[in-house]
Amino acid sequence: MTAVRPPPFRPALARGSARSAQPFKDREFARAFLREMVRARVLEERLIRMVRTGDGFFWIGGPGEEAFATSLGLLVDKGAGLAHDYLHLHYRSNGILLSMGEPMLPFVRQMKNVSTDPYSGGRNFVAHAAKKEWNLMPITSTIETQFLVALGTARAQWRARKRGEKSGVTVVVGGDAGTAEGDFASALVWSSRPGEELPMLMIVTNNGYGITTPAGQQHGERNIADRAKAFQIEASVCDGNQPDKVWAALSDALDYVRERGRPYLLEIAVSRLHGHSSSTGGHRVPDEVCCIDTFEKKLLKSGWIEEGDLKRFYEEANQEATEAIETVRTEKWPDGSTVLDHSFSAGDIRGGLPGRDF
Amino acid sequence: MANMAQAIRLALHYGEKHLGVTDIFGEDVGAPLGGVFTCTQGLATAWNTPLDERGIIGTAIGLALAGQKPVAEIQFCDYIFNTIDLLKLAGNSCWTSNGEFPLSMVVMTPSGAGIHGAPYHSHSFDAIASHLPGWKIVLPSTPVDAYGLMLAAIEDPNPVLFMAPKALLRIKGEELLPGEPADEKELKEMIDAPIGDRGQWKARWPEMGHAPIRIGEARTVREGGRATIVTYGRYVKLARNVADRLAAEGLGETEVIDLRTIYPYDWRAISASIAKTGRVLFLNEDTEITNFGEHLLRRTIEEHYYTLRARPRLLAGLHVPVIGLAPPLEEASIPQETDIERELRALLTEKT
Repeated sequence: MTAVRPPPFRPALARGSARSAQPFKDREFARAFLREMVRARVLEERLIRMVRTGDGFFWIGGPGEEAFATSLGLLVDKGAGLAHDYLHLHYRSNGILLSMGEPMLPFVRQMKNVSTDPYSGGRNFVAHAAKKEWNLMPITSTIETQFLVALGTARAQWRARKRGEKSGVTVVVGGDAGTAEGDFASALVWSSRPGEELPMLMIVTNNGYGITTPAGQQHGERNIADRAKAFQIEASVCDGNQPDKVWAALSDALDYVRERGRPYLLEIAVSRLHGHSSSTGGHRVPDEVCCIDTFEKKLLKSGWIEEGDLKRFYEEANQEATEAIETVRTEKWPDGSTVLDHSFSAGDIRGGLPGRDF
Repeated sequence: MANMAQAIRLALHYGEKHLGVTDIFGEDVGAPLGGVFTCTQGLATAWNTPLDERGIIGTAIGLALAGQKPVAEIQFCDYIFNTIDLLKLAGNSCWTSNGEFPLSMVVMTPSGAGIHGAPYHSHSFDAIASHLPGWKIVLPSTPVDAYGLMLAAIEDPNPVLFMAPKALLRIKGEELLPGEPADEKELKEMIDAPIGDRGQWKARWPEMGHAPIRIGEARTVREGGRATIVTYGRYVKLARNVADRLAAEGLGETEVIDLRTIYPYDWRAISASIAKTGRVLFLNEDTEITNFGEHLLRRTIEEHYYTLRARPRLLAGLHVPVIGLAPPLEEASIPQETDIERELRALLTEKT
């Protein structure tokens, strides 16, 4: 089958100050950044392999988005409560969490749906993380609903700011196809209500497809970010395959939201290296730009890494993945007797089921 | 006596003052209107939203996740249908996160027919709501119950759907709320916004009492040993009227149970009454196919089959697409007192 290419990326609004890209002038930072990107890639590749070997039912993730994911993970203000950033992510966000400091083990546990899965106890697909200590709100399979839920945490932070309290910002991430849902329009309307503008960074990772349907067949807008203009929301687009560029754009956007307490829409063009999910095979897609290859070549050219360094990065990441998979190998699925646990938060209210009255 | 809208308003005020309610919001919920049924007039944390039900429910979820205490309103339950996937998300947040992300939030919405509301102000939502696991669902029949159930909903650590019967919102109660001034006029002057310019108006709130009604607890509103009617909302009063009338005819005493909570429903109360009478009628106005009453019928058959003295019955709304405006159409769509009387008479007189 001939792949239908997505429309060409048009960086009409491309932004990202040189000042913000400053960290990439540091050799150690650049090397560490590449190492994190490799770690994110390896995790996805191993998760895909787990599905193929029967150690999981379904894979979905974000290989190809590592430049963006690593940048966001390093830039967010991580913590619990209104003083820190809230994250409303979608199911291509494993790399964000890794660069925030999460090990690979919990992802492997969720892939194998074992009871030790800290995100859902074996109840949900891989890439559906949730972590209270980091304000990571539960990732759901429903498309674009996170843009509505984000309005709530952003409103709570808006109020905290009004009270003069330290407040983080709300960051919401979704794909390009999801912006066709009305929920995206809701986020634009609600975040820009006059006098009550919300401290909310809306990020659209544009990989050019909705599952298998090219965006060019369904979307007539030049850039998704253009939609912000009607609401007087600041917006920009950037190339997600160049770490320094996406870092700079994200950094500027986050600074804007933090300082001004207003919404911002950032559209990031990313690659999708293994298709939508295991439902479409999960195989490597030819002709997509790989942000790791690009960055690796750049660092090799500058002499900041050598061939052996990259090999070592991959070996280290694979070692972490192998150890995680080994750990999980003997772990069990949750017991069926726990199926009603946590239907409600207080006590076990099991009314309505014969023999289980309260 | 306070009407149901005033009772809800007083409960919300109590919630703001004592129970940590941070946001009461929805379309026309804030000033100047204070809700189309006036349930939110004068409240300190009430605010108006865009005309966007999905935005309202999504914001409520986000506020709850951020540790706030939201009470969101959908103006009529007729307009809640486009939020069902969000209600599903709210209902499964605690379960899916293995207990890590419970949501303490309230969604209130007027439900049912009886106000000549035409196709889109006459819907019921109780049957569909009962298909939303993870939610507690309450539906009061009196102002006192509305007050108590709203306090309980606010205090609950789970999502609670509070449905108020549209036709009862402006009906006065028969008992005083805890803390309610005895003089009805005085209450009105204190908490009802004036007609016209409300720019400077502020409510003067009475010191209300803390009287939550336990979610999941039915109330027997009429004792009886011959038959049982299980109902809720505006049908409680109609059922009682019919029961009184047929008892006066000498057909026997009917026990009327006001369920008050649709989930988790009080099966113990229902079951105990059926065990006593052996005759039961489930009564509500939602459409009859996969009606919540059908579930109760199923349990009745499974658990009381050998001791029933008459076939159990369900009287519900017709499976009609929507309810028409002309009174004969509405009357033909949802149970009327004459229908209840016909069913109860048959139930009471059926030979075993």
